[in-house]
Amino acid sequence: MATTLFDKVWDSHVVRHVEDGPDVFFIDRHFIHEVTSPVAFLGLESRGNSVVYPERTFATADHNTPTINQHLPVADVLSANQLDALERNAKKHGISHWGLGDINNGIVHVVGPENGITLPGATIVCGDSHTSTHGAFGAIAFGIGTSEVEMVLSTQCIMQPKPKKMRINVNGKLGAGVTPKDVALYIISKQTTSGATGYFVEYAGDVFEDMTMEGRMTVCNLSIEMGARGGMIAPDQKTFDYIAGRAQTPKGADWDRAMEYWKTLKTDEDATFDVEFNYDAADIEPMITYGTNPGMGMGVTKSIPNAEAVEGGVETYRKSLGYMDFNEGDSMIGKQIDFVFLGSCTNGRIEDFRAFCSIVKGRKKAEHVTAWLVPGSHKVVDQIKEEGLDKIITEAGFVLREPGCSACLAMNDDKIPAGKLSVSTSNRNFEGRQGPGSRTLLASPLVAAASAVEGVVTDPRTILNA
Amino acid sequence: MAYDKFEVLTSTAYPLPTENVDTDQIIPARFLKATERKDFDINFFRDWRFNADGTPKADFPLNKEIYAGSKILVGGRNFGSGSSREHAAWSVYDFGLRCVISSEFADIFKNNCLNVGVLPVQVSAAFADSLFAAIEADPKTEIKVDLPNQTVTLVATGASESFVINGYKKENMLNGFDDIDYLKNIEGEITEFAAKRPF
Repeated sequence: MATTLFDKVWDSHVVRHVEDGPDVFFIDRHFIHEVTSPVAFLGLESRGNSVVYPERTFATADHNTPTINQHLPVADVLSANQLDALERNAKKHGISHWGLGDINNGIVHVVGPENGITLPGATIVCGDSHTSTHGAFGAIAFGIGTSEVEMVLSTQCIMQPKPKKMRINVNGKLGAGVTPKDVALYIISKQTTSGATGYFVEYAGDVFEDMTMEGRMTVCNLSIEMGARGGMIAPDQKTFDYIAGRAQTPKGADWDRAMEYWKTLKTDEDATFDVEFNYDAADIEPMITYGTNPGMGMGVTKSIPNAEAVEGGVETYRKSLGYMDFNEGDSMIGKQIDFVFLGSCTNGRIEDFRAFCSIVKGRKKAEHVTAWLVPGSHKVVDQIKEEGLDKIITEAGFVLREPGCSACLAMNDDKIPAGKLSVSTSNRNFEGRQGPGSRTLLASPLVAAASAVEGVVTDPRTILNA
Repeated sequence: MAYDKFEVLTSTAYPLPTENVDTDQIIPARFLKATERKDFDINFFRDWRFNADGTPKADFPLNKEIYAGSKILVGGRNFGSGSSREHAAWSVYDFGLRCVISSEFADIFKNNCLNVGVLPVQVSAAFADSLFAAIEADPKTEIKVDLPNQTVTLVATGASESFVINGYKKENMLNGFDDIDYLKNIEGEITEFAAKRPF
């Protein structure tokens, strides 16, 4: 029978199907961080259980870590407690741990692939909804709750009903200034913030084939923002080249055996999906959001739609615009901004810093803008320095910070003050997401860079073409 | 963590018709710094319940005396979107709620609720609207959620709708069991499976 990529990976991980219930689903790789794991370890210990496969779990500190002075003790007591708990639990149970200052430390969804932990055909979970990132490698990867973190620690399985299948095809060539982030925000604006609820998505077509691995990670990362549990892209030569030789990828004969399997990981010609969507690359512009969920996005040159023209309740829509202090019909171009955030598991990779630098090179940050540039990992920092991007950044009046989740969810000190408007390369524009009362415009690194130098929301194409 | 069994619940309900309520509203990230599970009710809907100076926002349904003590929350479409933080489901439970009714739930939130003993009840948009209307007409109106029969009923009128839950999860909720109990019972089968994984 013809099957999809998703079926192949899912079905090969089902230990058993529970009648009138979920599948017992085996997990190959499990990432943990300081925020969603401490209670899972408490549960594990209170039941007298142990970690059954410690070599399948990987700990990194990222969510509430400071992005300056990481060599000093963490000042915030509660954050320090969580970081200690992560380190203590990892040590006690024989789990590898990349704490603050470790060369491998960084955002979990950046360091996993960098170290070759993320592999095609694997099942990967983490107590973080953006675990969908790892789907870029042809893995089934998704976020779980803390109860499930405990299940994985104590049994290496979770109990999951198999999601329905959606395929999203985007064909054609992307225009200048249009990045993977824009492709994702475009798809989400069409699907709305809940359009893919209950589905697992496969992305297919020229646009994803042409994308770098970093770009594919950005797209898969944002799958959750339209309600999908995850998204994946069939592995190809680009995937294999990316993972080859990384610290934890299989080597020698193991690699050859793995490659044989990985090459079978694609959707069969006549396999079917529960639902399929087709979009045209030519219709995609640099995107920006204007509301309080990622589905409220549009081409940066467009005007905010009228409430009656959008799906969903008018009251909720107006409440959202009210929070943002925007009006229906407003143009986003030219709106004065206060903050720019480059980073996160969505756009904290080397390619994102290259894109940002392509705009700010030889220009200056607008004086009134505060910018936080936060690489996703120490390896990204090293690469930034190797390529001399740090000089471009400094000359343009920006400062490079240390790795972490930072202002994406503002658990550390990187909080956007109430009322301030931020252009952010992160993944969520929810009310207060970047700090109580903060207002977030989600966009690509190019839009963020153009807006940072102009001080107002700017279409990067006006700079690229200048 | 064990939770109380769920069988039949009859209660008044808090109405929260706003759509796309995300988990950052249910519990903002800055309150996720605990290393144990307790007192998550304090910051439940923190920024919607309280002003910056800590005084309650009188207009917010969860602060209205008339609904106090309700064990059910009727939420707008796409309730619980966003982050996978189970803290959101914990805060629902710790606030004293045992059931959330909505015309659509975000996947991870729904899963988390089931794992901590909060019953997510998905109803049609029309039925959800009728619940909001009934609560508006009479804030003390009662809703009966019957898990064994999988029905949700507006007590005053008898208007009722059935809801879906798989048999496995239903048994868990009725008995206060959780998935780890099940998984630990088939440990041998999992070990055999793990031995065959290529990586």
